[in-house]
Amino acid sequence: MYVYDEYDRQILKERVVQFRHQTERALRGELEEHEFLPLRLQNGLYVQRFAPMLRMAIPYGMLRSRQLRRLAEVTRDFDKGYAHFTTRQNLQLNWPAVEDVPDVLEALSEVEMHANQTSGNCIRNTTTDQFAGVQKDEIVDPRPYCELIRQWSTYHPEFAFLPRKFKIAVNASPSTDRAAVQVHDIGLELHRNDAGELGFRVYVGGGLGRTPMVGPVIREFIPERDVLTYLEAILRVYNRYGRRDNKFKARIKILVKATTPEKFAELVEAEWEQIRNTPTRLTPEAIEQMKGFFTEPDYEDLEDNPPALTEALSASKAFSNWHTRNVSEHKKPGYAIVTLTLKQTGVPTGDVSDRQLEAIADLADEYSFGEVRVTHEQNVVLADVRQDRLQELWEALRPLGFATANLGTLTDMICCPGGDFCALANAKSIPVAEAIQREFDDLDFLYDLGDIDLNISGCMNACGHHHVGNIGVLGVDKKGQEFYQISLGGSSRRDASVGKILGPSFAREDMPTVVKDIIQVYVDHRTEEETFLDTYRRIGMSPFKERVYA
Amino acid sequence: MPNLIRHDGIHTDNWTIVHPPAEGEAVEVPEGPALLPAAIWKDKRQELTGRNDIGFWLDSHEEPEDLADYVNEVPVIGVNFPKFSDGRGYSIARLLRERFGFRNELRAVGDVLLDQLFYMKRCGFDAYALREDKNPDDAEYCLNVFSHAYQGAVDDDTPLFRRRWAS
Repeated sequence: MYVYDEYDRQILKERVVQFRHQTERALRGELEEHEFLPLRLQNGLYVQRFAPMLRMAIPYGMLRSRQLRRLAEVTRDFDKGYAHFTTRQNLQLNWPAVEDVPDVLEALSEVEMHANQTSGNCIRNTTTDQFAGVQKDEIVDPRPYCELIRQWSTYHPEFAFLPRKFKIAVNASPSTDRAAVQVHDIGLELHRNDAGELGFRVYVGGGLGRTPMVGPVIREFIPERDVLTYLEAILRVYNRYGRRDNKFKARIKILVKATTPEKFAELVEAEWEQIRNTPTRLTPEAIEQMKGFFTEPDYEDLEDNPPALTEALSASKAFSNWHTRNVSEHKKPGYAIVTLTLKQTGVPTGDVSDRQLEAIADLADEYSFGEVRVTHEQNVVLADVRQDRLQELWEALRPLGFATANLGTLTDMICCPGGDFCALANAKSIPVAEAIQREFDDLDFLYDLGDIDLNISGCMNACGHHHVGNIGVLGVDKKGQEFYQISLGGSSRRDASVGKILGPSFAREDMPTVVKDIIQVYVDHRTEEETFLDTYRRIGMSPFKERVYA
Repeated sequence: MPNLIRHDGIHTDNWTIVHPPAEGEAVEVPEGPALLPAAIWKDKRQELTGRNDIGFWLDSHEEPEDLADYVNEVPVIGVNFPKFSDGRGYSIARLLRERFGFRNELRAVGDVLLDQLFYMKRCGFDAYALREDKNPDDAEYCLNVFSHAYQGAVDDDTPLFRRRWAS
């Protein structure tokens, strides 16, 4: 993992001093509210429905145990003892006091953390695959590039007042895409060209929100050394020509669509030609040095499937279920990737208490070299667990509520905080998630259904990624009443697609039945090997419509 | 009088900013120092060669490319921030400096506040017509908030990775 040096520490220290200065001026009335707004947003601070909300950055989802413990302290000292993992690998406090935020940021800075650019019209936290560096199927580890992009984008002087927010995601797995790069403002996909050189495929203009779009490729291959200058060229074109007259048309996807991807690519290429040889071009030394921070931990020489594991698997159905769903293959023999699911029925999706954060830190130290990763599906990953200790870990996870064996299933939902917390929401989302979890409480049935992404957003801003859920749920407001619109067929993977709306929306109390009907159509029509998405793509919308609105 | 911040301190701003005329009306060039709208200046540049106190200003939607060949004919170019949250002026400034080689004073005008000064400086500005209600005494701190920067920009084109990890 990346370790700060004197430069990073100094810069972050100065950032805390700067924000303290800004907050004091705002509280004294020397800064008007609209002048303070982007300053606090770019330090993670929103003013929400009931209280301020502070979104703390977890760059590309990586955390050390020491940082988790500090997050637990902050959650306890400045909030009500719980926090919320977001859909962009960050962590939110729901109840901090505005005047305390500089102190929170100072406490975070001591463990190399911050809330930089987690909000506002700037370049946000760069996200990637939560299995980066430990999966078998990976071109190279994407995290060194994520850190280089993080540093390049941090307080970038030209791009702090973009037309709208800007999100970059990086994927390095040729067979899947856990980072949803095609629905980001820029998606970068590491691959090798015919000469075997390393570079990126560049998607621009994907996104969710009001106008969901899958991003087109504007360049098939940009060499790794040129990635920062190329990003700078894209951002400059967007900063100059993105719409600023209408907030809802200000994302880069609207510019790309209006100019056409071909013409947009020409603008970027012309700009890039002018700046490609500036000192911003990465050096081989910088790439090598950065890779040096993301080396393998001290793995031992082990065999796959040790007796301790195989015996435990045959002894316990519950352990075996958990192993099948929540444990993933690791590139090193004898190791495994374990996902801790934060999806226990009755607990809002992604919520963790201070004690749970500390428990995760202890588990990381005990089982996974002191590091964890956060996923955009709002779960937590221990990436380097010995297979012969999986059962022991499982026993430790159960009382903590992290062993719900539903990873990837219908009840492992993505869900935004919704109307219970968020000022933007049209409807609540947490109670809908819970009602669906209660309806589908039979694990064997869930396993039989296989992988299904069900995503819930409380409004069209789409923090819950409903457009790319195989089943998407969107909260809408009709004359002051909460209703829910369903879409089917979305995907955020390599076969990315935006779901289509099923039909008129439903009252909250009808939602479990509606989802049950949709699932029943799948069960009736599927062939043996088909996932929900496969069946939907084969049979289309009509059978679902007929059943649900019968 | 409003304040003009330069890197050597606080000055009184005695420059007039001339706004684009209504259609059909002519522009009168003031006696004293003034910034003309870029298009007007371009029309009049031949007759203004004797004046060393006339520059032009670009609005945030204007293209600096249109003036690329003439930038060093003026002592001052203004870049307008109609609202401080309109970030186009940062790109315009970098283009004027890095692409078109402008060497004289680059001045931020319009909704110029304290908390943007550091970014402006990095993008090539060296003068700031601070909005009148803002305290100019805070400017020096705000211009120098950070002692290092990750990216290359106009003030220093060497990104931090090249300094840390020299070849």
